Amino acid sequence: MRTCNPCIAVAVVILSPALMLAGTISGKVTYTGTPVKQKPISMAKEPSCEKQHATPITTETVVTGANNSLENVVVYISAGGDESNVPAQAVTFTQKGCQYVPHVIALHTGQELHVVNGDQTSHNIHPMAKANPEWNKSQPPGAPPIVQKFDNAEFISVKCQIHPWMHGWFAVLKTNHYSITGDGGAFSLPNLPPGKYTVTAWHEDYGTQTQDVTITGNETKSIDFSFKAKAF
Amino acid sequence: MKHTKRNSFRIGVGCLALAALCILPLYAQDVPDVGPHPATPRPVMESHIGKVTGHSSRAAYDYRRYCAGCHGDLGDGNGENATWLDPKPRDFTAAVFKCRSTPTGTLPTDEDLFNTIGRGLTNSNMPIWNSFDDQQRADLVAYIKTFSPRWEKEKPGEPIKVPSEPPVTIESISHGKALFTKMECWKCHGPQGKGDGPSAPTLTDSKDQPIRPYDFSSGRDDSRFKCGSTNADLYRIFMAGVDGTPMPSFADNIQPNDAWDLVHFLRTLQIHRHGKENEVLKTAGGKIPPYVEKQSNIPSIQPANGVSGGGR
Repeated sequence: MRTCNPCIAVAVVILSPALMLAGTISGKVTYTGTPVKQKPISMAKEPSCEKQHATPITTETVVTGANNSLENVVVYISAGGDESNVPAQAVTFTQKGCQYVPHVIALHTGQELHVVNGDQTSHNIHPMAKANPEWNKSQPPGAPPIVQKFDNAEFISVKCQIHPWMHGWFAVLKTNHYSITGDGGAFSLPNLPPGKYTVTAWHEDYGTQTQDVTITGNETKSIDFSFKAKAF
Repeated sequence: MKHTKRNSFRIGVGCLALAALCILPLYAQDVPDVGPHPATPRPVMESHIGKVTGHSSRAAYDYRRYCAGCHGDLGDGNGENATWLDPKPRDFTAAVFKCRSTPTGTLPTDEDLFNTIGRGLTNSNMPIWNSFDDQQRADLVAYIKTFSPRWEKEKPGEPIKVPSEPPVTIESISHGKALFTKMECWKCHGPQGKGDGPSAPTLTDSKDQPIRPYDFSSGRDDSRFKCGSTNADLYRIFMAGVDGTPMPSFADNIQPNDAWDLVHFLRTLQIHRHGKENEVLKTAGGKIPPYVEKQSNIPSIQPANGVSGGGR
């Protein structure tokens, strides 16, 4: 049949997104050795929170799972990625049962953070920032979300002084390519155009590790991180 | 001495011994470096307080003479006296200041720093520097601003507006007490404001040093706060928060008029103070009546559960 030039043109236009190359870096984060046992938290000083937990929760400095998997590790592209896009939607950090949920959040510099108080007690939210301005705000129950932004990349430790057992982290990053490991320790960084990337894995107690990965097309590159557990 | 061969020999030996003694220290153990550090070129900063303009270039001598002993040559709070001080001297490199008229997380105004130097910080080793004249003080404010790059990039926060104070009435004090309970101030400050609340024992400041909440019941008529002594100062303290400490800002949750009611109540916690608030309380029989909510212009916030309230 005669070649249909317009048909070919239309086909190219329809198929072109599939021709855009984007790979994925994924893998698992594990630990070796014996992690320190997490201590149970007594919430006797805050009865309204204590009764929300059937058994006392433990500290979350090191959260592990089956097969030596390590949770709450922020895995992100630290070099090689396009860093400029600041997402419009906010990231939410909730105070519930006198605990920060989730324990670690990641957000882009300049991206909005919403802090929500889901408890019947006041909290004060005090991100101990060093590269960003350090603020400290009270948030009574029922108050609207606190809206803030951070302009500089930093791993910020967050605490409440009224309830000293509460600890959390803000990973303020210059990238939107991040993944925080959950139960099972898996992470996935999709939508990566071909290029050379540096992948960094950060854990609040075990430190930071990096690996270099090159993406050439649509492939999924598998890399793993292994952290040495600390004795104390 | 007679010029004999023997005497010449003795002089020679003496000189050699002296030379050896001079060289010996080079092989001695390392001496810890307590400074002074060589002067690093400082950025040029200005300050503006009323009609006075301060210049950082003029304060180098005063800073070295009066401030560096505690605050350090590098302004980082590591002066040689710092080891023995509690609370620790301010670290100017962090640009986090306790006493501000500006919102939490923002830089103070030049006037805030000017006032802090002149007023000193009660219950700390920061003196009341009434020995400086205004120009010297303004120059020092400018010098403090050279220690952190934040001053070059950021403007100070918008000062918190303090509306004119309403009259002190028992209703105002009663509402203040209700707010003290609702905002859960008592968790750190304690029900009588003695600094003995349930969360008080574990408090640390932003440098991980133990810190105690203000004890309202201490002191008498001259009872001062870290950041001032007037009602307006007290207003600003809980609206701006005390940065670098556990004391948060309540500006998002307290309306301006309600804030004045809280100020009036807090003054009654200063039980030895002969102020207007304690007079009004005494006239009302020494007891604060329970607060009756009028036409509510307070944002709807659920009262906290399980709160003792305490007090009178």
